Amino acid sequence: MNDINYKAPPVVRMEHICKRFPGVIANSDVCLELFKGEVLALLGENGAGKSTLMNMLIGLYKQDQGTIFIHGKEAVINSPQDSMALGVGMIHQEFMLVGNLTVAENVILGIKDLDFVPKMGIIKRKIQDISEKYGLAVNPDSLIEDLTVGEQQRVEILKLVYRGAEILILDEPTAVLTPGEARKLNEIIHKMLAEGKSAIFISHKMDEVLEFSDRVQILRRGVSQGVKFTKDIKNTGELAMLMVGRPVLFEFERKPYDPKDVKVKLENIVVSGALGARNILNGVSLEIREGEILGIAGVAGNGQQPLSEVITGLCCSTSGKLFLDGKDFTNKQPLAIIKEGVSHIPADRGKMGIVGDMSVEDNLSMKKYRTAQLSKGPLLKRGLFRSFANNLIKLFEIKTPTKDTEVKFLSGGNIQKTILAREIDSCKGILIAVYPSRGLDVGATQSVRESIISQRDKGCAVLLVSEELDELLMISDRIAVMHEGKIIGTVNTKGADIEEIGLMMTGIRR
Amino acid sequence: MDFFTNVVVATLVMGTSLTFATIGEIFTEKAGILNLGMEGMMLLGALSGFATVFYSGSLLFGILVGMFAGVFLALIHAFLSINMRASQVVSGLAVTMFGTGLANFLGYRLGPAPSFNLVGMNLPVKFNAIIVPFLSDIPVFGGLFRVSILTYFMYALIPFAWYFMYRTKYGLALRAVGENPRTAAAMGINVNKTRYIYTLIGGAFAGLGGACISLYHTPSWNENMTGGKGWIVIALVIFSGWNPAKAIIGTFVFGGIMQLQFAIQAYNGSSAFMAGLKSIPGQFFGMAPYLITFLVLAIMTVISSLQHKQFSSPSALCTSFAIDDK
Amino acid sequence: MEFSLEKREVRSKKLVFILPIISIVISMLLGAIILLACKVNPIMTYFYLVKGALGNKINLLNTIGKAIPLLLCGVGVGIAFKLKFWNIGAEGQYVWGVIGITWVMLSGKWAELTAAGTYSNASWVMLFWAWVPDSLLLPIGILVGMLMGALWAGIPAWLKAHWKVDETLSTLMLNYVVIKLAEYLYISKWKAPLGNMGTPDIPEAGFLTSFGYGGKLNTGLFMALAVVGIMYFILYKTRWGFELNMIGKNSKAARCQGVSIKRNIVIALLVSGAICGLAGAIDTAGITHKLTKGVDSGYGFTGIVIAWMAGLNPIISIFYALLMAILRTGAFSLQIKMGLNSAMGDVLQGLILIPLLATNIFVDYRLVIKHYKKKIIDKVACKEEE
Repeated sequence: MNDINYKAPPVVRMEHICKRFPGVIANSDVCLELFKGEVLALLGENGAGKSTLMNMLIGLYKQDQGTIFIHGKEAVINSPQDSMALGVGMIHQEFMLVGNLTVAENVILGIKDLDFVPKMGIIKRKIQDISEKYGLAVNPDSLIEDLTVGEQQRVEILKLVYRGAEILILDEPTAVLTPGEARKLNEIIHKMLAEGKSAIFISHKMDEVLEFSDRVQILRRGVSQGVKFTKDIKNTGELAMLMVGRPVLFEFERKPYDPKDVKVKLENIVVSGALGARNILNGVSLEIREGEILGIAGVAGNGQQPLSEVITGLCCSTSGKLFLDGKDFTNKQPLAIIKEGVSHIPADRGKMGIVGDMSVEDNLSMKKYRTAQLSKGPLLKRGLFRSFANNLIKLFEIKTPTKDTEVKFLSGGNIQKTILAREIDSCKGILIAVYPSRGLDVGATQSVRESIISQRDKGCAVLLVSEELDELLMISDRIAVMHEGKIIGTVNTKGADIEEIGLMMTGIRR
Repeated sequence: MDFFTNVVVATLVMGTSLTFATIGEIFTEKAGILNLGMEGMMLLGALSGFATVFYSGSLLFGILVGMFAGVFLALIHAFLSINMRASQVVSGLAVTMFGTGLANFLGYRLGPAPSFNLVGMNLPVKFNAIIVPFLSDIPVFGGLFRVSILTYFMYALIPFAWYFMYRTKYGLALRAVGENPRTAAAMGINVNKTRYIYTLIGGAFAGLGGACISLYHTPSWNENMTGGKGWIVIALVIFSGWNPAKAIIGTFVFGGIMQLQFAIQAYNGSSAFMAGLKSIPGQFFGMAPYLITFLVLAIMTVISSLQHKQFSSPSALCTSFAIDDK
Repeated sequence: MEFSLEKREVRSKKLVFILPIISIVISMLLGAIILLACKVNPIMTYFYLVKGALGNKINLLNTIGKAIPLLLCGVGVGIAFKLKFWNIGAEGQYVWGVIGITWVMLSGKWAELTAAGTYSNASWVMLFWAWVPDSLLLPIGILVGMLMGALWAGIPAWLKAHWKVDETLSTLMLNYVVIKLAEYLYISKWKAPLGNMGTPDIPEAGFLTSFGYGGKLNTGLFMALAVVGIMYFILYKTRWGFELNMIGKNSKAARCQGVSIKRNIVIALLVSGAICGLAGAIDTAGITHKLTKGVDSGYGFTGIVIAWMAGLNPIISIFYALLMAILRTGAFSLQIKMGLNSAMGDVLQGLILIPLLATNIFVDYRLVIKHYKKKIIDKVACKEEE
């Protein structure tokens, strides 16, 4: 870490920032300071207001109240171009890149004083220079859609540096990187810090924050909980306290591990990739038994979601077999698998789990509307929908203004509760949960995990895919680690060696 | 001039109006806006151009007014689809209904007394062919040099349009807006302003295309004289893969098919082959551009998806955009 | 002052009814401006417009007669749009309905003429349906018309479902293929021996039973209303309707719940095309009685607008179909009464749509006017809501 002068005036100062959206206060009276040469982590649960705050710093939103000072001068930032002119740039979670344009074209897109006919030769050379200087390894002529996620992120960094960004904001940068790539990113950032740049990174991962930052600022429900020097923090427990305001339960009560028959069995499942690309799943075999939770660990993008989609019938396998309860369900339609009793909590709750524009009542009924419980032949029995929905809302404590409210207006936690309610109510022995607590606050996360464990205690076979190793360690009975479409190894959670798991995540089997 | 040179010239004459409108619509769609009001814009452009030249005698003025008519209708479409976030399809159809209605209606009101009818009136001036010496004597392709100034302008426009789209910073911004408006906005480009501008430009060129019909191709005015060319333009945009340089290919293919049909019908020689061609009903030639475009669309999409790429329609075509969309 | 649109939490139900009325008023004002600019009396124009559409029994029945195919096209398009499948091919599917029923009903005529020796151009295709007895002309004709419409929508649907071929553009192109085909049929192949355009009239046995004053209304009305009722029921009361709703609003989530996207797109579009084909068949059997120039009368395109305005609700489509029909019929009378070219009807139609489209957004969004000088009040508001 560099020597940072905390007595000098901060390069960025945000004072008393307020921002409201219809129905929710995103930021309330937040103050933030960033000093030259430091890495400030902005920590908080999803919905805490971190991204919103940073979006105002770079001009995508305009604060309702408050002032921003950059290098001591009051800054009026009405657009990303304004913020870029002041030297502030951001790398978002969803990259801001246009797929069918080249790297060079993306880098210069939107630059204000660009020539009418940009001199591509000079531009490409400058890109090469920056690329070499920081070890980014980026080719100016490649099309963005042909690059890997890691490469695309480096293009984003290059974009910022090219435009003279001195203050870099990174939004959950390591969400899509392996531990090795994350370390490399850290090196790149520190090279830049050594030259006098400063960085803010947004995260909700506590261990990452402890490892990579100089100071941590915590946000909770739009309000700042204060700033601490990272070296003064003893462990993640302390951070969690600050994030949440109460001690977080890290232990779950559950029945002893006593798995019964095999409920789900995969034999050498292969899913081939697009033309010429490598296989998405490269010969995956696993078994899940009644009364156990099998966790799938690994960096996102190594085949975990496709794995869950093969089991739920949403993705076809090129070869291999899938057995549910002993019966061959290889490449059967999702409907057949649903009828077999498989419940699915999908990865992207907004896109796959709910129909946002339909009511809470309708969404709760999506699994059972075909059954005699809610319909008679081809006709729907609307009256029964109501009581059915009422039941589930009470049972799962879903907070919604009315049953007719469109489900997209609910908070993330309540949306997930809706999905859980629907899936668990119709679960007949197999539950596939993919990133179930992603983006949820601690309270909601707690209840999600409790639900999963209670299903397991009832004898369900559960597949749990998660990005958070600690969640897997807390809940699952066994953990299988995936890397590049294969299961590198499976360990029992009791007595698992975290370092070994971390190594397996990078593909190394000891 | 022999048969084939005739066909070339006739194709170019008709193709000029099509190409102008096609290039305009390519730019509009590249920005993400689908303009189904093309037919209305072209017809109103044809009427306005005709009426202006009829009364003023100035061809330049006529062209400008024609373009302005296109811009006027485009303004309505842009306001509805961009500001009011209405469905682009419905808005375009409404503009076509309004535009064609207005053009036909005015055609019966703007004429000279006593009938006020412009139908069948003659123009004091029209666009005549400017024949380039030497080059115009080349067999077949000499036809390229026996056209009016409008067509020569078109020759210049095509490479300029291509260069603008692929080599300038505005073209870059345009391509980004149509592919990924969210990113373009984050990079500081005003997406809605861009869409507005290119919709209006598209309208101007549509009006220009229409004026070309009433002032050059068939100098006259008749109710519904565009006869569905606006829809052919939409087909041409797809056929050219949203690339201005390829617009001319489509124009030649489609225009050529249509002109070929006329020429075949007019043929009086003794070739059996020609007699066979003559017996094909004209409507099948008329149908051909649409059928061909449909097949091209279907086949290209299938081929592209087999290669795991996307057929080049701009990804954000027909979507509406607002910064605060969460 | 800065205007911006803010999304409402709940759709404003009352604006759904008020907005069309406001729009009609605005468009009448705009139309009045155009009319005045052309030295025409707007009040007289609107008077004759409405009188021509609703003023006496004959006009009223004419209007209803036009409203039937408009309504059917609107409902047909509506089911496709529910899936967010932009079926712009309604015009072509309607034309197929006309071609289909004419094909069936004229076979007898061609057979007669051939037998009498006065006509020798009947191909086997034209004679294909000659075996159909008079009593079955109507049902088979309608079925064939619906079938052809269904197929014409089914092909782009299949292409979209399996290959993601853009449906807006494919259905649009297919319109003109069949319109040109129809032209070929009524100008040459199926042209009546006498006269220079149009097929012969369909036999009277194939007419839709007419009733009402002057025989201007026909049973097509009941069929149309039946279709509205059936579609409403399907969309809002059945499992399939529920699934279609899911697909339109989030096809990925629908798939996760086991709903077959591909199959449903194709089936729904077959229904969509069939209904538009039905519109063509009914219009032919009830009113036009032949296939001739002007078959592409814009019912399909107007149907798209009707469906969108009605929020894809079959019952509300009735209102908009009537509105559009009034404009069409009224416009013809303008020609007679005021010497105004009937193109004015198109102008008014377009003119009504523009404010309707513009104001439609206020159902889902509210207009917010921001004043920059209100800092103090904002500060208070920010704190208050904590």
